[in-house]
Amino acid sequence: MADAHAHAPGLAHHFESYEQQKESAFLGMWIFLAQEIMFFSGLFTCYLVYRVLYPHAFLVGSRELDWRIGAANTVVLLLSSFTMVVAVLGAKQGRRKMIVLGLLGTLLFGGIFLGVKVFEYGSKWEHHLVPGPYFEWHGDPSVGREVELFFSLYFGMTGMHALHMVIGMGIMLVMLPLAWRGKWTPQNHNFVEGFGLYWHFVDIVWIFLFPFLYLIGLSGGSSH
Amino acid sequence: MQATASAATPEAVRPPRHHYLNVDYGLRSWLLTTDHKRIGILYLLSITFFFAVGGIYATLIRLELLTPQGDLVSSDTYNRLFTMHGVMMIFFFLVPSIPAVLGNFLIPLMIGAKDVAFPKLNLASWYMYMIGAGLTMYSLLHGGVDTGWTFYTPFSSSYSNSFVAATALGIFVNGFSSIFTGLNFLVTIHRMRAPGMTWFRLPLFIWSHYATSLIMVLGTPVLAITLVLLFLERVFQIGFFDPALGGDPVLFQHFFWFYSHPAVYIMILPSLGVISEIVAAFARKPIFGYKFVALASMGIAILGFLVWGHHLFLSSQSAYAALVFSVLTMLIAVPSAIKVFNWMATLYRGSIEYSTPMFYALGFIGLFTIGGLTGLMLGTLGIDVHVHDTYFVVAHFHYIMVGGALMGYLGGLHYWWPKITGRLYSGFWSHLSALLVFLGFNLTFFPQFILGYLGMPRRYHVYPPEFQVLHVLSTAGASILAVGYLLPMVYFIWSLKYGDYAGRNPWGAVGLEWQATSPPALHNFEEIPVVDFEPYQYKGAPVAQRLPYRIAKYGA
Repeated sequence: MADAHAHAPGLAHHFESYEQQKESAFLGMWIFLAQEIMFFSGLFTCYLVYRVLYPHAFLVGSRELDWRIGAANTVVLLLSSFTMVVAVLGAKQGRRKMIVLGLLGTLLFGGIFLGVKVFEYGSKWEHHLVPGPYFEWHGDPSVGREVELFFSLYFGMTGMHALHMVIGMGIMLVMLPLAWRGKWTPQNHNFVEGFGLYWHFVDIVWIFLFPFLYLIGLSGGSSH
Repeated sequence: MQATASAATPEAVRPPRHHYLNVDYGLRSWLLTTDHKRIGILYLLSITFFFAVGGIYATLIRLELLTPQGDLVSSDTYNRLFTMHGVMMIFFFLVPSIPAVLGNFLIPLMIGAKDVAFPKLNLASWYMYMIGAGLTMYSLLHGGVDTGWTFYTPFSSSYSNSFVAATALGIFVNGFSSIFTGLNFLVTIHRMRAPGMTWFRLPLFIWSHYATSLIMVLGTPVLAITLVLLFLERVFQIGFFDPALGGDPVLFQHFFWFYSHPAVYIMILPSLGVISEIVAAFARKPIFGYKFVALASMGIAILGFLVWGHHLFLSSQSAYAALVFSVLTMLIAVPSAIKVFNWMATLYRGSIEYSTPMFYALGFIGLFTIGGLTGLMLGTLGIDVHVHDTYFVVAHFHYIMVGGALMGYLGGLHYWWPKITGRLYSGFWSHLSALLVFLGFNLTFFPQFILGYLGMPRRYHVYPPEFQVLHVLSTAGASILAVGYLLPMVYFIWSLKYGDYAGRNPWGAVGLEWQATSPPALHNFEEIPVVDFEPYQYKGAPVAQRLPYRIAKYGA
């Protein structure tokens, strides 16, 4: 196969130019994120419907969560977005160590976030707040079922979010050695930049989850 | 049929020395291929298999319904039969059919590209399909699912004693295949077009696939999250939809139909594109109102997202919501009718050739129209209350799914088979199969309109004796239909070895795919074509191009 651009490193055979390859990669990434938005919007719609149906139970359920831990984790996640930007910048400037350090930082903050999450899940388990046969409610018995539904959503939403982070961290573990070996150059680092978009997207999902789950309980007074 | 002596084969008709089928051999070269054409073939083989599986279930259903008593299978088995028929046919045949087979093969060829934008993702989509199908086959072999293909909660999540979780997981994984395909097509159509291939020079097949891909990308993830929630509720008793766990089962229905109604358009839109290609090619005329047909596809895709509520007219939806959904449902008839009328106008005073693809296309137009008009009846609130959950609904959606989507798929397969394989199939047998499919289909499903109107409910296998005549007619039709489906399998396989060489352009059609060799080369074109012509310029298209086909087929 004597392609006209057989010498161009990192240019796939079916593209005519780096420009075309780059535009395709980003359009593909944005379409993928649109798909992700639709995926999460199912959960958010579910949340919306049940919160409108059971506003009081959602406040009661939310007060079982510790907003300080949620806030701390929000900061951790924002820091991981910052280190992700560092990695992307490093790729743009062709600075291999900067990519590696950025990815390592992102992995670190992502790991802290997930560690805190595991701790939170564990304490919910101890307090019998995990929905299912193990669930026990010791508060106002009239809202027990509905509080359980709040926790179904809490675990469903944060679980899906955490799953996206785990997948992202798995991809970063693959990226690390590639970055170290200098796979990405200023002309061709679409993968790093596209992955950055994904990571920021996952962060933004959390930016919505945090107030919807942790902060609504802070509003004082009776919610009837 | 006349065998053509190879010595007499004109040079132009011979297949090229190197093409995508002989560039490499062996299982490995197929399982690891990133060539969009080979991936199309992989899909062709797999969906044909699952079509046969779904067909076996249909056969058993029709056999059971021959008599008013439930004497062939038990009620429980019957529930599993119609569920697995629906699951197999919808998720593993109809949704991937035209996009994954013909779309994969043709989109790069039609826009003058070497491949789709993400070839590896394309291969991954096939593997996702196979894993999803494998999980579903696992549940099928252990007894299947009895919830109906709609998986309504709380029956599916809390009460059913069948393999709901494995099937839901299979459909979830299969969803990735849809999303990857749609994403690939969108980027390919946006970024990979040959120089000069402007948006309004795109073949209508491409427009319809663009619209389809939008639905695939935006609709499928909603089904995915719905199935995840169903899975969590069933496996871990985490409540989302079951009232006993605090949930709302109607919410599930909203979520399910938010995907599954647009999914109807995933199934039918590609067929509409195929029919536009065939009608123009065999009427030898530019398609009437090209821009309207193109934009009608987009209109259907967008409106298709706003009509899901017409599945919930009797599910405690508010009367105002039902009214709005009813009106929106009527609206979607407008872009659909634009297409039908424009095909009519294209046929008008055209130089019509009754080739096999044209047989399928003409059959499609009639059946799609009946399916569409009965859809309007169902969208009307008063009538829907009367015929809800009866065979009227069954007949309606089979007119769209089988009379529409499947006829379009078969028409397209007959139209592009010479391009895909480089061979011609038997004119006589293929005409016969098209006729059998059309007649058998009508005999199967038209009686079901009457059955439904008289009150025969769907999903029941015991029925009052006065319905038997119509059920027997339906089963007789299904037998004819089965012959119509088996025939192509025979003569297509026959053509691979004994069919005459097709040449680049056996139909004398315009469009970039006909400029490539048959079968096309590995990277499709000798060099990237430059497009300086408008689509469907059949006026004055060189008739000489058609000679090889005539020589091979009619010996003239």
